[in-house]
Amino acid sequence: MSLESQRLSRRRLLGGLLALAAGAALPPFPARGSEILTREVPAIGEALPLVGLGSWITFNVGDDPLLLEECTAVMAAFFAGGGRMIDSSPMYGTSQATIGHGLATLDAAGKVYATDKVWTSNAAEGPSQIEASRRDWGVPRFDLLQVHNLLAWEANLDTLQAMKAAGEVRHIGITTSHGRRHGTLERIMRDADIDFVQLTYNIVDREAEARLLPLARERGLGVIANRPFQRKRLVRRLAGEPLPGWAAEIGAESWAQVILKFIVSHPAVSCAIPATTRVDHVRENLAAAREPLPDAALRRRMAEHVRAL
Amino acid sequence: MSEWWTYRPGDLLMVSLRVYERLFVLHNQALWPAQWLALALGAGLLLALWRPAAGRRRLALAGLAAAWGFVAWAFLWQRYAPVNWGIRYLLPLFALQALLLLVLGLGRGVRVTASRRAPARWAGLALVAYAVFGHPLTALLHGHGLAGAEVIGLAPDPLAIATLGVAVLVQPARRGWALLAIPALWCLTSAATLLLLGAPGAWLPLAAVVIAVAARWRPPGCA
Ligand SMILES: NC(=O)c1ccc[n+]([C@@H]2O[C@H](COP(=O)([O-])OP(=O)(O)OC[C@H]3O[C@@H](n4cnc5c(N)ncnc54)[C@H](OP(=O)(O)O)[C@@H]3O)[C@@H](O)[C@H]2O)c1
Repeated sequence: MSLESQRLSRRRLLGGLLALAAGAALPPFPARGSEILTREVPAIGEALPLVGLGSWITFNVGDDPLLLEECTAVMAAFFAGGGRMIDSSPMYGTSQATIGHGLATLDAAGKVYATDKVWTSNAAEGPSQIEASRRDWGVPRFDLLQVHNLLAWEANLDTLQAMKAAGEVRHIGITTSHGRRHGTLERIMRDADIDFVQLTYNIVDREAEARLLPLARERGLGVIANRPFQRKRLVRRLAGEPLPGWAAEIGAESWAQVILKFIVSHPAVSCAIPATTRVDHVRENLAAAREPLPDAALRRRMAEHVRAL
Repeated sequence: MSEWWTYRPGDLLMVSLRVYERLFVLHNQALWPAQWLALALGAGLLLALWRPAAGRRRLALAGLAAAWGFVAWAFLWQRYAPVNWGIRYLLPLFALQALLLLVLGLGRGVRVTASRRAPARWAGLALVAYAVFGHPLTALLHGHGLAGAEVIGLAPDPLAIATLGVAVLVQPARRGWALLAIPALWCLTSAATLLLLGAPGAWLPLAAVVIAVAARWRPPGCA
């Protein structure tokens, strides 16, 4: 071993010990990462940053070099800010290829928690669809694969479970959105062997609080909150309203941050996955996953305030 | 799709206005300077319909058929379908329209009206003239100059609007209606897309359909 590498490994060891010590001094839940807060997902025994990145519409840019560059800049800011989970689907046009372009350009395949979906009513097509998605991303395997929108969920989940058993994917789950089919989702969460659920949860769409979020906690499942801004409708609606006084108490400088802090402060939520085309927005969104987060009492006030607007 | 009634129309859209506008910019860049040729051919189409001798009519309809094929392949398939998978279901309709134009246009018994007193004739010619010379200028409404201009023969909207004009002019009426259906469907799809994207000028393809259908109801005098 050369002197240089000895020095490096000693430094790394020291750094690791320091990080361990710092970790021990912090409350275990949520834990402070290097940049943003993370929370452990019991089902997978790993912690994920509280804010991830969606890709519906925003990353569907075809082979437009200018727009690919812009998406890559968003991804660069995302990773620089400590983000990890990027969520996509074969349903999202060229978004998967855009992510692959960004990962290759930034040499970031090792940084991403690669989250994709299987989306087909013919489960026999599932493996080839997943393989095509994997090639688009350019990753050796996905960290998380989910059955998109519960589509042919029984057969597709069989495929994902077999892949997980074979080590071809690390974690598996199922998604819905817009509050659809929560009854079926609840049944799956109780009975099926999955690690994650993805559903719509934000400061106005709170149906999941009644049964699904408590059940996810009970079962140790990860929860990914999609449509945090109701595809911009929510931020547009709130844009004209002044930020309430309590926003400063939680360090929120915009309505987008208020909404994200509301979502990720729910103890059952593993992360929110806002999509964006803008570097300033991705930074703003990641910054929402920092202390302080609202407690249960303030969360109630926040929701009431927004409902009354 | 399950529980389709819970979807808002906007939920079905998978491209942003920016990406949609850029499709035309990139398409124009890739085909430059074919726009000039397309405009010249468009002017030729207008002229052929203005003075519709049989040979010119055949040439005009065969040219339009080729344009439907080209736009389907070069724009819809190569550019639009990758970012909007619904488009691939419309491709067969473009092929069918090309076939209809060929069969009806080259077949016997089809005429193009030449009566100067028939208002419907003017409506048909106006639609074609707008498609060739007016529609490309709507790019200015988007505020990015003419780089994204939609030119007849290269982009679907002006092609569909010009074909609506032709469908108004064609006699007998049954054949005109047959030529009108697919361009009208495309224009309605386009209007809905532009409306959902919040793009300016969403009403233009819609207005073209209304004008074409209204003019078709009033059969023009035949030459
Ligand atoms: N069934 C499913 O599996 C399912 C369904 C829906 C969504 N999802 C996933 O969840 C992700 C998120 O949902 P979504 O994309 O539908 O909607 P969203 O994240 O609620 O909203 C995205 C919109 O918010 C805007 N935005 C982002 N950050 C902002 C900020 N800081 N300030 C103001 N505006 C901001 C973006 O515009 P700018 O580009 O201008 O920033 C974008 O148009 C999706 O991308 C997808 O990955 C999954």
